[in-house]
Amino acid sequence: MIITDEIIEYVSSLARLDLNAEEKIKIKGEIEKIIDYMDILNTLDTADVEPMSHVLPAVNVFREDEVVPSYPRDEILKNAPDSDEGAFRVPKTVE
Amino acid sequence: MAFYEWTPLETASKIRNKEIGVRELLEATLAHAVKVDNEIGAFLRFENEYALKKADEVQAKIDRGEQVGTLAGVPFGLKDNICSKGMETCCASKILGGFYPPYDATVMKKLDEADVIMIGKTNMDEFAMGSTTETSYYKATKNPWGLDCVPGGSSGGSAAAVASREVPFSIGSDTGGSIRQPASYCGVTGLKPTYGAVSRFGLIAYGSSLDQIGPIATTARDCAEIFEMICGYDEMDSTSMPMEIKVLDQIDDGVKGLKIGIPRSYFGEGLDPQVRDAVLKAAEVFEKSGAEVEEFDLSMLDYAVPAYYIIASAEASSNLSRFDGVKYGFRSESAEGLRDIYLKTRTEGFGSEVKKRIMLGAFALSSGYYDAYYNKALQVKALIKKAFDDAFAKYDMILGPVAPTTAPKLGESLKDPLAMYLSDIYTVSANLAGLPGLALPCGFSREKMPIGMQLLAKAFDEGKLLRAGVLYQRETAFHEKMPAVIGEVGEE
Repeated sequence: MIITDEIIEYVSSLARLDLNAEEKIKIKGEIEKIIDYMDILNTLDTADVEPMSHVLPAVNVFREDEVVPSYPRDEILKNAPDSDEGAFRVPKTVE
Repeated sequence: MAFYEWTPLETASKIRNKEIGVRELLEATLAHAVKVDNEIGAFLRFENEYALKKADEVQAKIDRGEQVGTLAGVPFGLKDNICSKGMETCCASKILGGFYPPYDATVMKKLDEADVIMIGKTNMDEFAMGSTTETSYYKATKNPWGLDCVPGGSSGGSAAAVASREVPFSIGSDTGGSIRQPASYCGVTGLKPTYGAVSRFGLIAYGSSLDQIGPIATTARDCAEIFEMICGYDEMDSTSMPMEIKVLDQIDDGVKGLKIGIPRSYFGEGLDPQVRDAVLKAAEVFEKSGAEVEEFDLSMLDYAVPAYYIIASAEASSNLSRFDGVKYGFRSESAEGLRDIYLKTRTEGFGSEVKKRIMLGAFALSSGYYDAYYNKALQVKALIKKAFDDAFAKYDMILGPVAPTTAPKLGESLKDPLAMYLSDIYTVSANLAGLPGLALPCGFSREKMPIGMQLLAKAFDEGKLLRAGVLYQRETAFHEKMPAVIGEVGEE
């Protein structure tokens, strides 16, 4: 299939990536080539096949909702690029 | 024999018998590793302070006569996508640079509690996306057998560190071959366990339905020892299976009476004849040792790589959405406003291979293309799983190559990404079907580069793989060969 500029725009906005013109051309070409190759899957008849997410018999795991200590807040925040008063700090989002 | 030639089990026994002190061994290991690593670049960071402190603790335990783990005092390298408390862990990426996890991954915790000593974090492809370790933001690692060749990937640092005898073993992760392929390229032994056998808690996720952590060492026996140490249910990973897996109780049982299938499709076009011959020679070793070996038809091989890259990229696009410049790591300095922080941080922080896979995954999951790509890939995955179920109804194990060729030259693979993806043809199926796979060295090419073979078994049959590996390594000596670079560095 043909990967259009619109698809690249749309997908990069979904992925929160702001690619420059050069990157867009490169990624477009590479994705087109890869998708082309992936189209081999369409030669398989899968009409009656259930899509498989888990290969093993996975079941939901339940536990009691108990309050237990978590990681120390200041250790978590030490990794943040910006923090203040025990919270992650980001620019103002609401006017 | 120099200390760095000892396997993990040999090292541990010398420590227990007080032939060498834990600190003495560790200091020698660090000095040797730093020297060799100047040539190889397997490690991103050494953690001397942590390791030396740990060494003294382990020695004190031994001196007090306390019970210690079977690999007590043995140094190892940990792949940089596995969390180590208070020690930088960044998946060889820029965006997670400066991340100091507040907790240990379960695997790290288990090894730490078993008195094994982590000495540093090993290089890898950024977020484990790559087959050469060249997509690392920090540096490329060299193959110890040919310094102009790649070590493979994504656990290239882990494999090169063992091949160059910087450490007796290392821990890697395998999403589509990332333990087995670098082990093969570097002439060492690597185990990708069954999905759910080893806890993924603390492994920074790439493709959550495919990722598994496993050991890389020089021998299958050592891999068995390490595997038993790290496997098991973990309440922090609800996909880990609540069952006990034992491999050591059958480790010397050999292969007599086992049925080994060789898929004809694995030996077709695209496979280097030198690799083919080495793997078929290995089949003869198993046959002579009492296994029944026969060729058979395994379908679906051509569909594994496309299905794999759709599923892995889709999961990656979701997993990597957490890197937004707010909670950890890098934040773009030029950003204004929250949306701009996301956009600029991710655009500046991710490398091009990672961006491409995020885009590919976001595309496969987007409305309009979801059914044609993502859903289709999940259906194909079901068919691949079925093909393996049918094969394992007849065979105990499947034998084939790990990769179509020996290690490519540095700088070659990234020029043609599709060709690089295609070179994962023999390894990705095990991840899609959740199966265990063992890579073992089985020969050398004319250029003196290692060749690897791969054994696959049904889920939770690691025991069979490892005993076949132990038998093979009793009959052959490929795993004992060491690259010349070690001696050359040592003589300086």
